[in-house]
Amino acid sequence: MSNAKMIQSDVSSVLTLKEMAEIDHELEHIPYKAGAAIDALKIIQAGRGWVSDECLQAIAKYLGMSSEELEGVATFYNLIYRRPVGEKVILFCDSVSCWISGCDSVKQTLSDTLGVDYGETTKDNRYTLLPVPCLGACDRAPVMMVGDDLVTHLDDNKINELFSASKTGDQS
Amino acid sequence: MEKVLTRNIEPGKTPTDMAAYEANGGYQGLRKAMSGMSPQDCREVVSASNLRGRGGAGFPTGMKWSFVPMDDKCTPGHKYLVCNADEMEPGAFKDRLLMEYDPHQLIEGMILSAYCIGADISYIFIRGEYIVAIERLRKALEECYAKGYLGENILGSGYKLEMYVHPSAGRYICGEETALINALEGKRANPRAKPPFPQVSGLWGRPTIVNNVETLCNIPHIIDRGAEWFKSLGVGEDAGTKLFGVSGRVKNPGCWELPMGTPIREILENHAGGMQDGLQLKGFLPGGGSTDFLTKDHLDLAMDYNVIGKAGSRMGTGTMIILDDQTCPVGMVLNLIRFFAHESCGFCTPCRDGLPWTRQVLEDIEQGRGKVEDLDTLEYQVNYIGAIGNTHCALAPGAMEPLQSALKYFREDFERHISGGCCPYHSGKGA
Repeated sequence: MSNAKMIQSDVSSVLTLKEMAEIDHELEHIPYKAGAAIDALKIIQAGRGWVSDECLQAIAKYLGMSSEELEGVATFYNLIYRRPVGEKVILFCDSVSCWISGCDSVKQTLSDTLGVDYGETTKDNRYTLLPVPCLGACDRAPVMMVGDDLVTHLDDNKINELFSASKTGDQS
Repeated sequence: MEKVLTRNIEPGKTPTDMAAYEANGGYQGLRKAMSGMSPQDCREVVSASNLRGRGGAGFPTGMKWSFVPMDDKCTPGHKYLVCNADEMEPGAFKDRLLMEYDPHQLIEGMILSAYCIGADISYIFIRGEYIVAIERLRKALEECYAKGYLGENILGSGYKLEMYVHPSAGRYICGEETALINALEGKRANPRAKPPFPQVSGLWGRPTIVNNVETLCNIPHIIDRGAEWFKSLGVGEDAGTKLFGVSGRVKNPGCWELPMGTPIREILENHAGGMQDGLQLKGFLPGGGSTDFLTKDHLDLAMDYNVIGKAGSRMGTGTMIILDDQTCPVGMVLNLIRFFAHESCGFCTPCRDGLPWTRQVLEDIEQGRGKVEDLDTLEYQVNYIGAIGNTHCALAPGAMEPLQSALKYFREDFERHISGGCCPYHSGKGA
């Protein structure tokens, strides 16, 4: 087997045809393969929730770069997840306007309600809690994102409303 | 006052689609340019308008463009226009509004700006968390391609432009234009050494202009209505209007389009409604988290680049963060330094190691473990890390701005933390 074919078969045992097609689509307007590194990581993450070691190595091979170099890229960015995350990621804004508006105490309530701190996932795997730099909604502080949704004017009541199911559910 | 950038915008209402945008004069600037203005004609209007970059630095837009090699001075190949929509400055929330509610205004501004510099490919580099804006911009791009405003032979002019929405994978430093270019190239977003400047060698080594969202949103109006009209909008030294924002514990936090040069007091009192009951103004960052504090002595200053600069701060993004008398200034600066330490790209030592060190000293003071000599350490850090030239880019000097001005205006607060062995504001928000 030629080297190229071997690489190809290695890669295609990990990446799906759809994922490779999406990466190829990005490559159409990028002058060299490694230029699609971030796009490729995002494509994989969009379908799988995170980027495993296996996927990272497969992407690196597919783009003709070392996995060390790609790891350097992956770990640089806040929104590329190198560990599994829950069904939804909660991005909790802890920047200055939210802090002035009392986000630290809201964060405490959120952590108590979900039973997780930053970097942790709830036992029912529904939520992963992460801090995020200023979400650009400072006139509605404190704010956070739950999955794709921006939630504004946070206070303890709002946290209770949003997550009361999680609290009384199967979490211990 | 005449609304320009926000004439189609009313938060809570439906964002403008192609039909609504065109019904209110949209794409008139594009039609005008494509039916008889050369790129040079357009550049001259923008230069004459005195438009200055709205991303924070305030660099004259026409001058920035003038460094792009044109026609015979440029080797064959692509040129790029990139919209910096990576709004991540703590306390900044203006570009989100422009993109979510009037995406076509930005796109028209980008087509015109790309035409000015002869770019054939353009990117909207937008932070990944701006889900709604990304969706609306993509929809607006489809409408533009369908109408022939993008793609081959735009409006029969022979001019060709492709445009892509590129969501970022998330890092504050991507707002620095050369870091942004590295991110677009799929790399770690470390800023590049300058020169060469991106205007000559940017994305993929080709001439590239990076402009802020709000800057680009001004272009259709300037082309359509002219430089003199634009200059007449400002009430102070600078031209045009500006989105000014106020956050913190005021009665009515928000973002408003007002003339350049509007006095700070008017923004704070008339628009933001003044402080919440029971609170007094202690200080404010006039243009986001990397600008120096000003105090109530500065309330009558005009929000103009040079006026705020002379007062020892920067107009930055024009989005102010208010410090009230019951919020701890040490805690506020600590929050900011934590942010900058986290977002340092790690390339140069003063930033990578200096910011966490600064954070540690501030944590010690805030948590009551501070020593008198810690203030000397902070002064040393402000002078060393804050000096342009000691770091690879402007992130760390920017981080030092709120700290150096807090040490100047609120030194007593630092001293009370140290002498009392605790945070005198302690209200659960500290540390």
